[in-house]
Amino acid sequence: MDGRGLLPVGVESPADLVGRLAEVGYLADEGLATAAYLGLRLHRPLFCEGEAGVGKTELAKALASVLDAPLIRLQCYEGIEASQALYDWDFPRQLLHLRTAEAAADFDPTAVEQELWSRRFLVARPLLQALETSPSVLLVDEVDRADDEFEAFLLEVLSDFSVTVPELGTLRAEVPPAVVVTSNRTRDVHDALKRRCYYHWLEHPEFDREVAIVRLRVPEASARLCAEVTAAAHALRDADLLKPPGIAETVDWAQALAALGAPGLDPGLAAATLGAVVKYREDVERVRSLDVGALLTRAVMGA
Amino acid sequence: MSGPAGDRPAPRAARLVSAGAGSGATAGHADGVGDPVRVMVGLGRALDSAGLRVGPDRVAEAVRAAVALDPTRRTDLYWAGRLTLCANPDDLPKYDAVFAALTAGDVPRLRPRPQHLVRAVPVALAVPDAGGSDDEETEAAADTVLRAAASTVETLRHKDVTTLGAVERARLDQALAALSLPGESRPSRRRRPSPHPGAVDPRRTVRALLRSGGEPVRPRWTRRSVRPRPVVLLVDVSGSMSGYADVLLRFAHAATRRRGVRTEVFTLGTRLTRVTREMAGPDPERAMGAVAAAVPDWSGGTRLGVLLREFLDRWGQRGVARGAVVVIMSDGWERDDPALLGAQMRRLALLARRVVWCNPRAGRAGFAPLAGGLAAALPYVDDFVSGHSLAALEQLARIVAGVEVRGA
Repeated sequence: MDGRGLLPVGVESPADLVGRLAEVGYLADEGLATAAYLGLRLHRPLFCEGEAGVGKTELAKALASVLDAPLIRLQCYEGIEASQALYDWDFPRQLLHLRTAEAAADFDPTAVEQELWSRRFLVARPLLQALETSPSVLLVDEVDRADDEFEAFLLEVLSDFSVTVPELGTLRAEVPPAVVVTSNRTRDVHDALKRRCYYHWLEHPEFDREVAIVRLRVPEASARLCAEVTAAAHALRDADLLKPPGIAETVDWAQALAALGAPGLDPGLAAATLGAVVKYREDVERVRSLDVGALLTRAVMGA
Repeated sequence: MSGPAGDRPAPRAARLVSAGAGSGATAGHADGVGDPVRVMVGLGRALDSAGLRVGPDRVAEAVRAAVALDPTRRTDLYWAGRLTLCANPDDLPKYDAVFAALTAGDVPRLRPRPQHLVRAVPVALAVPDAGGSDDEETEAAADTVLRAAASTVETLRHKDVTTLGAVERARLDQALAALSLPGESRPSRRRRPSPHPGAVDPRRTVRALLRSGGEPVRPRWTRRSVRPRPVVLLVDVSGSMSGYADVLLRFAHAATRRRGVRTEVFTLGTRLTRVTREMAGPDPERAMGAVAAAVPDWSGGTRLGVLLREFLDRWGQRGVARGAVVVIMSDGWERDDPALLGAQMRRLALLARRVVWCNPRAGRAGFAPLAGGLAAALPYVDDFVSGHSLAALEQLARIVAGVEVRGA
């Protein structure tokens, strides 16, 4: 391959990619930018694992904007099959075609059969779509939800960027798509799949980066509100909750407070909007018992 | 393993990135400074001996990544190696340690891969025991060897495993290896072809139509297939369980052997250790060796409540315990406050399909669940079994498979 892969013009290092991602509203740290840089340059899929809400799916969206390419998303679920992920034959249209051909005067069975199993009757599902669209960004979301049999389908697609259709032969991508595979780690994905990817474990961002993310995502919120909400979210992460808030929850919270016109976070407003960050009844009770006011003061003082 | 550095027997960890060579114009490949091949091969070997599975293919991938970045920069080397050689969040601390040691010029102390065996008594089933310690066997020695073996296994079945001699233990291990532990079955979302009328299978029906040139044919049917539920085993390896831990872990190994069943195994002591990966592989002795090397807290105390919370936070709630059959193998001796254990058991009961508590001490005469932790946990347990003998473990397997139901 040409050595630059899918890298956009002007991106010569991971640091350049950080800049491009920031332009489209995604603040990546050095590790993630390096992973994405290598993935684009060497045509390797990126395997992103981490807690819910650390920005795995957002990365794929941001890459699509940077590359100015369509994002093709495959949401995995239990029982997903090749006919839903790779391709399917369009049987009703085939049948219709057969009927029409039979009615014609010059019916040639061999020619009609060849037509029946040609590309025009093949319905492309996300994986095949991504191979046929270049450039494109393929997001294989929550691969850990699919059964392990499904990983075998993914393996062929992600290692050779090709799909074999028995009736038709092998369809290969001219330019492989950029691929982001995400997992919430509800089970171990097979090593063979990970081996074909760059593996990146995403952590919650440190305080300053998260404040910057919130400010970028919620431009209507004041700088003070963003910092205080982030500080409170960090405090909640240390508060031993069943589901500690992710970045998405911090952003939701800031949005909710900004919609209420709050200049900053105060205990009354925090208690009223707690549902944006804390999603379990047990957690709500725990946060109430912690005394939101004291928590906030401590968080804001510490920030 | 081939590569430019492959001719050296030991991973020569030269000062890979020295202070002077950071951005030097000459990447002095002659002495190994900044040479990505040397760095990655050295890293790969050191990680391999630290227990990560790093093959030559991944090392090659790491070199490719390093070359695509700036191999004279320490951070670029770090990320090139981390993205390609790690495959697990648990790998990351090991990688960080190895990388730090290597790039500071220290040779990491290489630990041989865990190949030693916890306890290996090679005894063939067919050889009658000559020693006088196991009385049933001398009696059976006159009979044909096969019958002898069968009858010993039969008497073995109901004996408490802590009272067995070495030879009996070896036989027990063989019997354990034959067990399997699929969870109770549940309907899957996948559909299978079926000969009996049910939901129409449009794909196969239309295919048949095409074959007959569009003439109507008999419709084809599908049915829902069933799959076993995942099984999670939490094995207490603290001091109070020392007589049973080895047997229970062998049972766990047999349970993970069956394909198509998702089984996760964790050990509980003073720390929570996931040993599912160590359990992989068909040989129980090797697996036990790997587990022994991975578990840092054999025969310590137990902090059931804290560890159960850690399990639920890190694994259970994300999906490992959801809809699964969770088996806790412990005597329930809790060092900390039983109230915490009770609260965590409640969480577990809400996530799991069924919670089975297996207490080997329950097999003893006059047992009453008085251990503080156990009393707090019992209200949230669906089945309570003993698991002190082969027969009890077989019963446990039947309960997990949903064949036998027994209340707590």
